[in-house]
Amino acid sequence: MDALWEPFTFAFFRNGLLVATMAGALCGLIGTYVVLRSMSFIGHGLSHAIFGGFVASSLIGVNYLLGAGLWGLASALAIGAVTRRRPIGSDAAIGVITTASFAIGLVLGDVFRGPQESFDAALFGSILGVSGRDVASVASVTVGAVAVVFFAYRRLLFTTFDPDVASVSGVRTARVDALLMLVLATSILVTLKVVGVTLLAATLVIPATVARMMTNSFSKMLWLATGIGALCGFVGMILSYHLNWKSGPTIVLVGTVLFCVALTFGGRQGRSRVDHLGHVG
Amino acid sequence: MSDALVRFEDVSFGYGHHPVLEGVSLEVGVGSFVGVVGPSGSGKTTLLRLLVGAVRPTSGTVQLRPGLRVAYVPQVETVNWNFPVTVGEVLAMAQLGKRRLPWRSAEERRAIEAMLERLGLGGLAERHIRALSGGQQQRVFLARALIGSPDLLLMDEPTSGVDVRTRHEILHLLEELNAGGTAMLLTTHDLNGIAAHLPHLVCMNRRILGQGPPAAVLTPAVLEATYGARMDVLSHAGMPVVVDAELQRPRRVS
Repeated sequence: MDALWEPFTFAFFRNGLLVATMAGALCGLIGTYVVLRSMSFIGHGLSHAIFGGFVASSLIGVNYLLGAGLWGLASALAIGAVTRRRPIGSDAAIGVITTASFAIGLVLGDVFRGPQESFDAALFGSILGVSGRDVASVASVTVGAVAVVFFAYRRLLFTTFDPDVASVSGVRTARVDALLMLVLATSILVTLKVVGVTLLAATLVIPATVARMMTNSFSKMLWLATGIGALCGFVGMILSYHLNWKSGPTIVLVGTVLFCVALTFGGRQGRSRVDHLGHVG
Repeated sequence: MSDALVRFEDVSFGYGHHPVLEGVSLEVGVGSFVGVVGPSGSGKTTLLRLLVGAVRPTSGTVQLRPGLRVAYVPQVETVNWNFPVTVGEVLAMAQLGKRRLPWRSAEERRAIEAMLERLGLGGLAERHIRALSGGQQQRVFLARALIGSPDLLLMDEPTSGVDVRTRHEILHLLEELNAGGTAMLLTTHDLNGIAAHLPHLVCMNRRILGQGPPAAVLTPAVLEATYGARMDVLSHAGMPVVVDAELQRPRRVS
């Protein structure tokens, strides 16, 4: 029993647990919109694009939230520019630019020999590097995201379900879309070190997919996905410590187990609800 | 702009070098009920999109009466029926007043319940949209449009994909709403089931080829110009019935 409580005596673990639980809840909340809008590929791409900025800012000694944030913004603008000016679709533009950005990060890390542990943490997630400042960052973004979802709930739902009619009804859909992208990008940025870029898309998609299998109501799905995400983060982090596994994969595996349970016991109705959900490209 | 709710004046629209609408002039008056017919790709949906400002004309003007409340009912085929929303949640989407809280106020709930009752959907607020019949599904989106008390209701193919009985139900409901003062502008492919029953028709194929009461517009000449195929018009109980002229030719039995 003592062994179970042992990790809680360490400040780094308490920080990691808090961040993982909040990050899970945050990804579950935003993941609901990501999944229902079939934006999984954008989430997947953005997390990879941000990795390039993470490595570059680490090497030149700039705060990674600022450096990776600017890098992510530049990638998003580049995707927009390529899509507008060249005859290729946005999926192809996202695929090329974000993986190129990810590759730049890998090469920079290899050539300039930066802090390898930090890069590994950004790739696969780690609880060791979580500082008090990281806790504050994740907490701030989580509170901000909850506030956005709370106060823009109806507009977000209308724009997600039926953007054309929402626009006719007076909703500024472009502004709503931009707000959601901003929340998604900052969420990815602050959860990067706990979950890791390679697995971030899974933490966005799995809780929302499990929640969708459990309900036909949007509001219930939103809160269920948030709760499932928090549960995955909490349980995953504890297991990560005891099993000595990386935190990102452990959190994702806990989510995967929940997904399998929902798939097995959700019956035909549960499976039919996720027939046409967005997928990771 | 007199008593017109909407006025199109010599409106043209196209995508690049591909013209979709050319020189369209049209007026929708207070309390009118207008049906727009034409083949696929004739610009019917674009006409609605121009009206709601989703696209801008390349030339000409689209004028809306200041303060006009417009509501749009999309084609049911374009709805994502797998989306996790209940009937009540669909209606609540259109309640976009100053209230910012996610949950509905008692007044909003009462308005939703009253609208559902009015459209024969009472007791279905908690039902998922996919678990409804075709007619109920169409009425849910009609209810969402009506909850904002629009002056003008736009409908894109409101009876596509529904059975005959549901089509009758929807048509009667629209007539009832129109009698209550809501102006209607709808597009339809259904010449006999819907268009022939409307007070005013517009036949178009990129440009307007005829407009007026069905008896004046549904003529072989206008229909051939619109659809590019020969059609005959019969009369049944004083109403025009359009038949495909090719199908009427006697077949040679070998």
